[in-house]
Amino acid sequence: MILSSVVFLPLLFALIVAVWPKTSSIRHLAFGFSIIEFLLSLRLVQLFDSNTAGLQMVEKHLWIERFGISYFLGIDGISLWLVLLTTFLTPIIILASWTSISERIKGFHVSLFVLQTAMLGTFLAFDAIFFYVFWELSLVPMYFMIGIWGGARRIYATVKFFIYTFAGSVLMLIAIIYMMYLTQEATGAMSANLLDFYKLKIPFVGGAFFSLQTLLFFAFALAFAIKVPVFPLHTWLPDAHVEAPTPGSVILAGVMLKMGTYGFMRWVIPLFPEASEYWAWLFMLIGAVGIIYGALVAMVQPDVKKLVAYSSVSHMGYILLGLFAFNSYGMSGGLYQMLNHGISTGALFIMIGMIYERTHSREIAKYGGLAGVLPLFTIFFFIVTLSSIALPLTNGFIGEFLILLGTYQAQPVFAYFAVTGVIFGAVYMLWMFKRMFFGAKGELVADEHHPLFDLNFREVAVMIPLVLMIFWMGIFPNHFLDYSKASIDNLVNNRTNYNLTIVEPGAAEIMHAQGEK
Amino acid sequence: MNHSLLMALVILSPLIGFLINGFRYKRHSANVAGVIATIAIAISFVSSAILVTDLIAMPEESRRIAVKFFEWLVIDRLKIDAGFVVDQISAVMILIITGVGTLIHMYSIGYMHHDKGAAKYFAYLNLFIFNMLLLVLGDSLLVMFVGWEGVGLCSYLLIGFWFTDSEKAAAGMKAFITNRVGDAAFLLGMFLLFVTYGTLNFSELNALAPTVAESSWLGAVTLGTLFLFIGATGKSAQIPLYVWLPDAMAGPTPVSALIHAATMVTAGVYMIVRLNPLFIMAPNTMMVIAIIGAATVVFAATIGMTQWDIKKILAYSTVSQLGYMFLACGVGAFGAAMFHLMTHAFFKALMFLGSGSVIHAMHEEQDVRKMGGLKKYLPITHITFFLGWLAIIGMPPFAGFFSKDEILAYTFNSPMGSPILWAAGVLGATLTAFYMTRLMALTFWGKSRVSKDVHPHESPALMTIPLITLGVLSVIGGWIGVPHVLGEYLGHIPNVWEHWLHPLIKGIPGWQTLDHATEFALMGTSVGLALISAGIAYHFYVKAPDAPKKIAEKIKPIYNLVYNKYFVDEVYFGAIINPLVNLSRNIWYYIDVNFIDKMTYLAGDLARGMGSVIRSSQTGNVQQYAMYIGIGVVVALSFVIMR
Repeated sequence: MILSSVVFLPLLFALIVAVWPKTSSIRHLAFGFSIIEFLLSLRLVQLFDSNTAGLQMVEKHLWIERFGISYFLGIDGISLWLVLLTTFLTPIIILASWTSISERIKGFHVSLFVLQTAMLGTFLAFDAIFFYVFWELSLVPMYFMIGIWGGARRIYATVKFFIYTFAGSVLMLIAIIYMMYLTQEATGAMSANLLDFYKLKIPFVGGAFFSLQTLLFFAFALAFAIKVPVFPLHTWLPDAHVEAPTPGSVILAGVMLKMGTYGFMRWVIPLFPEASEYWAWLFMLIGAVGIIYGALVAMVQPDVKKLVAYSSVSHMGYILLGLFAFNSYGMSGGLYQMLNHGISTGALFIMIGMIYERTHSREIAKYGGLAGVLPLFTIFFFIVTLSSIALPLTNGFIGEFLILLGTYQAQPVFAYFAVTGVIFGAVYMLWMFKRMFFGAKGELVADEHHPLFDLNFREVAVMIPLVLMIFWMGIFPNHFLDYSKASIDNLVNNRTNYNLTIVEPGAAEIMHAQGEK
Repeated sequence: MNHSLLMALVILSPLIGFLINGFRYKRHSANVAGVIATIAIAISFVSSAILVTDLIAMPEESRRIAVKFFEWLVIDRLKIDAGFVVDQISAVMILIITGVGTLIHMYSIGYMHHDKGAAKYFAYLNLFIFNMLLLVLGDSLLVMFVGWEGVGLCSYLLIGFWFTDSEKAAAGMKAFITNRVGDAAFLLGMFLLFVTYGTLNFSELNALAPTVAESSWLGAVTLGTLFLFIGATGKSAQIPLYVWLPDAMAGPTPVSALIHAATMVTAGVYMIVRLNPLFIMAPNTMMVIAIIGAATVVFAATIGMTQWDIKKILAYSTVSQLGYMFLACGVGAFGAAMFHLMTHAFFKALMFLGSGSVIHAMHEEQDVRKMGGLKKYLPITHITFFLGWLAIIGMPPFAGFFSKDEILAYTFNSPMGSPILWAAGVLGATLTAFYMTRLMALTFWGKSRVSKDVHPHESPALMTIPLITLGVLSVIGGWIGVPHVLGEYLGHIPNVWEHWLHPLIKGIPGWQTLDHATEFALMGTSVGLALISAGIAYHFYVKAPDAPKKIAEKIKPIYNLVYNKYFVDEVYFGAIINPLVNLSRNIWYYIDVNFIDKMTYLAGDLARGMGSVIRSSQTGNVQQYAMYIGIGVVVALSFVIMR
C-alpha cells in the first residue's frame, strides 16, 4: 500500500485543505502535510532494494477488464529519485511561497497537492492509461497556477503552455490506444499494462518513416519532447516561466520537465528500441544543438528569469544527449542531471523570487553590487550558480561529466559540440552574476527609499536543504547512483529485449507491512 | 603516525580553516582570521613534512604512499576513488604549496590588515590550498580535475575580491572563462584517454602507455595529450590562453604571489610531468609543447619590457618563466621542468611579496614611474628583492641559474629539442635580465620620483619574515640540483634532485650526454648575455634615464605594438567575443522569437485545418471506429476520474 499512499496522500491533503475553515493556518497545515509526505517517501528509499532491476512494491488491480486497464503502481531505480525529488521540493516550495502568494491561499495549496499527486502518479504508474491520466491531470493545476497567480501576460502564457503540451499528449494517447490494440493482436486480450507493451515486437523498417514502430516512436517522442522541452519545441517554456509565480516555475522546472525525459527512459527507449537506435542521431543532434542554442540565447537575456528559463533548455539538452548515448554513463548522467536540474534550477527560481519580492524587477541591468548589500543571499546564489555551471564537488558536475563521457563513447562528434556548453554555461551564468552582484550599486540596489534586507530565517531555511543536496550529490554521488545502477544497466544491456520483472516483497517487508496495519 | 590520518590532515585542515572563516565572513579582524588560516596551513605543512619524511625513509623501488578514503564515482568501467598519492613528484608539490602557502598566509595578515573583508579573504585562501592539494595529490585525472576547477574558482573569487570595482570583477570572470576553455579541452582529453585505456588513474595510465612512440597526429595518445595540453595552456597561462593572467593582478598581491606565481599556474606543468610516460610517446604533442613554451618565453618577455605597472611586469615575467617549464617538458626534460617550477616558486613568490611590500609602502601605487630610490626606505624589501632578481636572471649560484641552465642544456642536446628552441630560450633569458633589471632600477635604484605626499616605510615583521625566508630559498634552492659537470669540479656534489625524481621520469629516447666543453659554453653564453643585458638596462634606467624614451620614440610602431600587448585582447574581443554576443542576440530575435515561435503558431493553424479534413473523412474502417470509441471512452473516463 505504500505506493498508493505516496501517490494519493497529497490528494487527501488537497481535500482537507479545501475544507479547512481557517485561512490563516492553511500554510502551516500544508507545510506539515508536505513534510509528512516527504517522510513517507523516505520510507521508499528504506524499503527499496537496490540490487534488483525489477519493479518493486507493486500494487496491481484490474480496473477496467474489457480494455485490460489496471491500477498498477510500481517503483524501480529510474523512478525512485524522481519521486523523492518531487516530495523534497514540495515543502520547500510551500515555505518559499509563504509571503509571495497572498491571494487565494487555499486554492493555491489545493492545486499544489493535486499537482503533486499527478506528478508522483506519472512516475509510478505502469499502466499506460493510468499513466496518461496522471500525465494529463498535471496540466490542470499548472494551468491554474500560472493563470491565477501569474504575471501580466499570464493568460497568453497559460494558453500557449496548455495547447503545446496537450497537442503532444493527444498524439501519445492515440499511440497508447494503438498499442493496446497490438497487445490484443499478439495475446488475444487487450492490455494497457506497460509490461505487456514491453513484450510486443513491433515491426521496424529502417528507412521508412511511415512504418509502425517509427510512427509510434515519434508519437510518444513528440509528446515527451514538448514536455522536456527540446529545441525547437521550447518556445512555450520561457513564456510560461516568466509569467508563472515562483512556486509554479519551481515545479515546472524542477519536476514537470523531468516528466518528459522520464518518458523517454521509461517509454520511448525500451518500447521502441530499434527506432530509438535508428533515430538516436536526431535526438543527440537536437540535444547538442539545444545545449549551445539555449546557452547562447540565455546569454543575451535582459530578464534574469528568462535567462534561467533558457538555461533550462540548455541543461535539458544534456539530458537528452545522455539518454540517447545508450550506455551506462550517459543514462546515469541523464538521470542524475534530471535531479540536479530540479534542485539547482529550482533553487535559482526560488532566489529570483526572493529578490523579486524585494524589488519587483527582474531586469538584470537594474541590479549591480548586490554582493555588498545582501551577503547571505549572495553566498546562496553563488553556490547554486556553481552547481548550475557544473563545478566539481557540486551535483551538476557529476551529471554533466557522465553525460559527456557517455556521449563521447557513443558518438564523439556530439561530445565535441556539447563540450562547448561547459564554456558557454560559465559565460552566461557568471556574466549575469557579475552584472547583478558585483560592480557599483545599480538603481534598485542603491534606492535609499527601499533598502534591501538580507535573507530572513525562513528564506535561509528554504535554501539550506537545497544547498546541502547540491554538495551531498556532488561529493557522494554513489549514495544516489547505487540505487539506480541495476535499473539503468538493465535498460542499457537489454534494450532490444527489455522487460521488468515484478519483485515480490521479501519477508521482512511483509512483516513491516503487517506491523503498519 | 598513520598515513591515512596524516593525509586527511594535509587535505582537510585547510578545508576546516575555510569553513571556520567562511562562517565568520562578516568579521573584519585580519589578526584573528589570519591566525586561524595560517595555523590551518601550518598544520597541513607539518603533516606534509612528516609524510615526506616517511616517504624518504622508504626503499626507492616502493616509494609511494597511497591513501584511499572512499569510492567517489563508480559507473560501469569508470571507477574513481577519493584516492590520494604522495610520491616523489607530489611530495615536492605539497611542500611548496603548504610551505610557501604558510609564508604567504602569514604575510597576508600584515597586508590585509586594513581590509574589511579579511575573514572572507582568508577563507578563500584556505579553500584555494585545499583545492590545490586535491589537484596535486589526486591519484586520477578526474580527482585532479576536481582540484583543477576548484583552484580556478578560488582564483576567480580572489581576483575579484574587491568586487565593487567592476573592472576587477571582470578580470575574475575573464580568468574563469578563459580557464573554462582549457577545461573543456581537458575534459575531452580525459574522455579520449578513458575510451582508449578504460581508466583515468595516473599509475594505470602510465603503465598502459605505449612503448613505441606514436607518429600519427590523430592517434589516441597524441590527441589525448594535446587536449590535456590545451587544458594546461589555460591554467598555466600559455599562448593562446595566457590573456587572463595579467588581468588577474587585480587581486590582492599575496594572491598573485601564491596563486598566480608559485602554485596554481604551475598545475599544467605538474599534470604533464605526472603523465610523462604518456606524453613522451606522443612526439607530435611534445613538439607542440616545446614550440608553444619557447614562443611564450619570448613573447611574454617582450611585453614585460614595456610595462609600467610593477605587478604587470611580474605577471608577464611569470608567463614567460612558465614558458621555460613547458619548453623543458616539450624536450623531455621533465625533471628540469619540476626543478624550475620549484625555484620559480621561491623567487617569483618572493618578488610578488616584495612588490606587495612596495605597493603597501607606496599607498597602493603600482606605477614604477612614480617610484625610484626606494632602496633607502625599504632596506629589507630591497635586499630580498635583490636576491630574487639575481635568481631570476640566472646568476650562479642563485636558484634560477641551476634550473634555467638545465632546461637550456636539455633543449640544446635533447633529440626532441633543437638549437633554434635553445636560441629562443637564451633570447628569453636575455630579455628577462633586461626587464628585471629595469624593474629593480625603476623601483629601488636611481633618483626618487615618489610624490611628496607619500612617505614610504618598511613593512612590519609579519611581512618581512616571509620575504627573508623566501630570499634565503632563492639563494640556496638550486643547490639540490647542481649539474654533474659543475658538481664534479666543485668536489663531487651529487645531483640530489635528479636522483630523487628518477624513478618516475621516463628517459628521453636517444639521449646522449653532453660533453663538458659544450655544456660550459652553453652556460657561459646564457650567463654572459644576461649580464650584458642587465648592464644595458642598468645604464638605461639608472645612468641615462632619457635613453629608453629616445629609443622607444625611434621604433615607435614596434614599441606601441609591444606596449599594447600585441593587441591580443582586442583581437579576441573583435574576432570572437563580440561576434558571438551579436550572433546570440540575432539568434534570439530572428530565430527564436520571429521564426520558431511563429512557426509553431503556423503549425497550430495547420493542424486545425487538417483536423477538419480528417473529421469529414469517414473511411468505414471498423478498426478505426473502434479506435475512436476507445478514445471516447478514455476521455470520458479521465473526466470522471478527474472530477
